Amino acid sequence: MDTRTNEEWLSDLRGEKKDQAIGDLRKILKRGLIYSLSSRIKTDLEHQVEDFVQDAILRILDKLDTFRGESKFTTWAQKVAVRVAFTEMRRKRWEDISIQDLLPEDSGDFTPLVLSDPSPDPEKRATQASMLKMVEEVLSEDLTDLQRTAILAIIQGGMPLEEVARRMDTNRNALYKLLHDARKQIRDGLQAKGFNAEEVLATFENG
Amino acid sequence: MKLSSETIQKLMHAVKSTRDEELDCDHCYDELHRFIEIKLSGKNAAEAMPLVQEHLDRCPPCREEYEVLLEALKALSM
Repeated sequence: MDTRTNEEWLSDLRGEKKDQAIGDLRKILKRGLIYSLSSRIKTDLEHQVEDFVQDAILRILDKLDTFRGESKFTTWAQKVAVRVAFTEMRRKRWEDISIQDLLPEDSGDFTPLVLSDPSPDPEKRATQASMLKMVEEVLSEDLTDLQRTAILAIIQGGMPLEEVARRMDTNRNALYKLLHDARKQIRDGLQAKGFNAEEVLATFENG
Repeated sequence: MKLSSETIQKLMHAVKSTRDEELDCDHCYDELHRFIEIKLSGKNAAEAMPLVQEHLDRCPPCREEYEVLLEALKALSM
């Protein structure tokens, strides 16, 4: 089935053998997705995978000109299929959840922060409270509302980047860049107060 | 607002691994098929393409897709 060279895949998908090539590609993508997603999709796996493959084939045909021959064609095509599958799975998984559902209580009023699970050791608790206040100040003073909301939705709420991006009317890559800037600002903000992330971590790790 | 110590730790781990220059999700995706074929050939993909490895280490959605793609391609090679 996968005996075509990259050039043959491209010429067949563009030429008279298109239907046969699409049929062969469909089988390859389906087999790969069924195997790799079987632990993540518990019901109706085959039907869902068929939908993913159908969408992936359309995407692959649309993006055929962007394939640069840097890998086997089927590796590139399977990559597209995996992206299509995850985009849909994440959309379904998170469709009824808003960003506000994931944020800590009273996130509109960012202060005061209170540790919800303080250490039982009074001395350590005091140190943690002091570090927490400093982190709070950095988050409050050095990040924009958008950065703060996004980073908390992802880190505290566990929402995937693309789902946060969808709710913020942006895309996954732009959001990654926004979060990258936010992380750098937090790093620099801690540094300006004479600390770094390792020191804050040491205060909270191991209870 | 109540933040758990787990949230603080996750945040600090994310900050700790921050580099001034990072590969973003689009660039990682653009390179992923090359990275994964190096991996499948038994060579050290992390050494060959360290920026891709770093992005996968810090970006859970990209890492998840990479892991599933790797499983899919292994299944197809069986």
